[in-house]
Amino acid sequence: MFTGFMVNAWLVATVVAVVAGVVGFFVVLRGSSFAAHAVPNAAFAGAAGANLIGASSVGGLLVFAIAGALGISLLSRRGRRDVATALAMVVMLALGALFLSFSTQYASETYSLLFGEVLGVSSSELLPTAVLAVVAVAAVVLLWRLLLLTSIDPELADARGVRASHVELAFLVIVAVVTSMSVPVVGALLIFSLMIGPPAAARSFAADPSVAVLLAVCFSLATIWSAIAVSYLTTLPIGFFVGALGAAFYLAGRAHAVWSGKRVGSSGVRASRVVTAFDDQGARR
Amino acid sequence: MGGFWSHVVEPGFFQSQTVQVALLVGGVVAAISGVVGVFAVLRGQSFAGHAFGDISAAGGAGAFLLNISPLFGFLGMSLVAAGCMEAIGVRRVRGRDVATGVVLGAGLGTSALFLYFNTTLHSTSGAAISVLFGSLFVISSSTVPAVVASAAGALAIVLLLYRPLLLSSVGDDIAASRGVAVRVTGAVFLLAMAATVALAAITIGAILSTALLVGPAATALRMTKRPGTAAASAAAIGVAATWLGCLLAYDSYYWPPVDHGWPVSFCIVAVILISYLVVEVARSHRLRNASARAGSADQTTAAAPHPGVPSHGGPDALGASRTD
Repeated sequence: MFTGFMVNAWLVATVVAVVAGVVGFFVVLRGSSFAAHAVPNAAFAGAAGANLIGASSVGGLLVFAIAGALGISLLSRRGRRDVATALAMVVMLALGALFLSFSTQYASETYSLLFGEVLGVSSSELLPTAVLAVVAVAAVVLLWRLLLLTSIDPELADARGVRASHVELAFLVIVAVVTSMSVPVVGALLIFSLMIGPPAAARSFAADPSVAVLLAVCFSLATIWSAIAVSYLTTLPIGFFVGALGAAFYLAGRAHAVWSGKRVGSSGVRASRVVTAFDDQGARR
Repeated sequence: MGGFWSHVVEPGFFQSQTVQVALLVGGVVAAISGVVGVFAVLRGQSFAGHAFGDISAAGGAGAFLLNISPLFGFLGMSLVAAGCMEAIGVRRVRGRDVATGVVLGAGLGTSALFLYFNTTLHSTSGAAISVLFGSLFVISSSTVPAVVASAAGALAIVLLLYRPLLLSSVGDDIAASRGVAVRVTGAVFLLAMAATVALAAITIGAILSTALLVGPAATALRMTKRPGTAAASAAAIGVAATWLGCLLAYDSYYWPPVDHGWPVSFCIVAVILISYLVVEVARSHRLRNASARAGSADQTTAAAPHPGVPSHGGPDALGASRTD
């Protein structure tokens, strides 16, 4: 389990889990689950297109994931965010269907792009994955305060002259970067599961944002490590275990929240208190 | 003239039985998705609407595995997902999308498992593609009556709930104060939406089910703020987009690359996106003109209600619909 090609799988999966935990915390905090689902779907179309023209699949993933993020951001300037996300996603998926119809022999590769293929990680993918991971984490660290502020108190952010739509676009591009590095391992359909279940659980257990991010990383590492191990032993698809464990973590977090008498979603409270300390207007709900 | 039309409608379009079934089933599903979609958009449940499409595909894969009718697989899985979402609190705006996402993630995981079993046991590696992407042109005509009947059921539920749904789409507090059972209304609507999307997913694929649920509804709500008109327009736009898309896909056998049709789902989504963008551009143009006129006119005309400007009335004027 820990030899040969599996070493690559463990390395890449570990990097993916760390980044998914960090970025996933903000996905949950900002209520961006739909976008986190839509962007990987868009990226999937890119892999199909890259395959068609013989380009590198990571390149196709990255280009289409970022195009999806831009599409969501553009469309949501003029309407509801969930509608914009849905429209951008179906357009990208329709393009994917078009590309797939033009290429032949692609069925099994499609399955592994959608649901992940832990055995398919080659040494040549290690470097791009590492680079993209560093870029994504660095961007989150740089934007840390802005991301927190616009998530927790949009009105205060607005009053301070922060352009929420710019922050949202930057965040979606970060999600796109995470997606591009993760799709070959966990698959387009399940990366968002990793970005939601463990971080949502982490928010129920920890109020402080930094602690919650660390906890989210731990939970997503636990999810992906056990998913790989069980997937290796049983040959069942890794995506199933990621989805199931993500849901299990979420339920554990909900149970903890109920048991300790907290309302779910109140874990932003402490951060919110920090932010509202500056806000004497009392205009907030 | 005849030459022109034979290029617009390539020969054999209306004679082909495949096309007839596609037009019929696609039209029925598009009309109902449009009506249900208006409420999905107003209530901010587009994500849930999309999730049902992906999750019901897992039911389809499961039904294939168990050798039962795919219709039951799609419908059953979708309704179970709706129950799960309702149970873990999808009705609260806060945390709703996480709850939806977790159910979707679990459903997709199940889908991975079932498709894997299908691939290994039945060696059908193309199952993933056909389940997810679907095609209007591969519907068997035997499933048509069941699909139409279930669709009519879902539509009847939504029409029965019309008024309470509208009220609770404006605001749960307003609805509750007028005696609407908000919780029950929301739950029943979620089930009706789950059924509608599952029917769409089995007949036209998961991509198109989302496209037809959200696209025409969002376009219609850009055109009018009256919910009844919006529902009717959404149904009309959905049916028109589906039929035009079918026509384009049929014609595309004569487009490059030659002898290889373009996917019907791509054609329909393209029509939906273009209609949305056209309406959006027209609307922003009209609003700009209106505000320019209002700026030059005196106070009384500026205060007069303009058809394009949302008024903050009761449930009949949903301009200021709830934002999540």
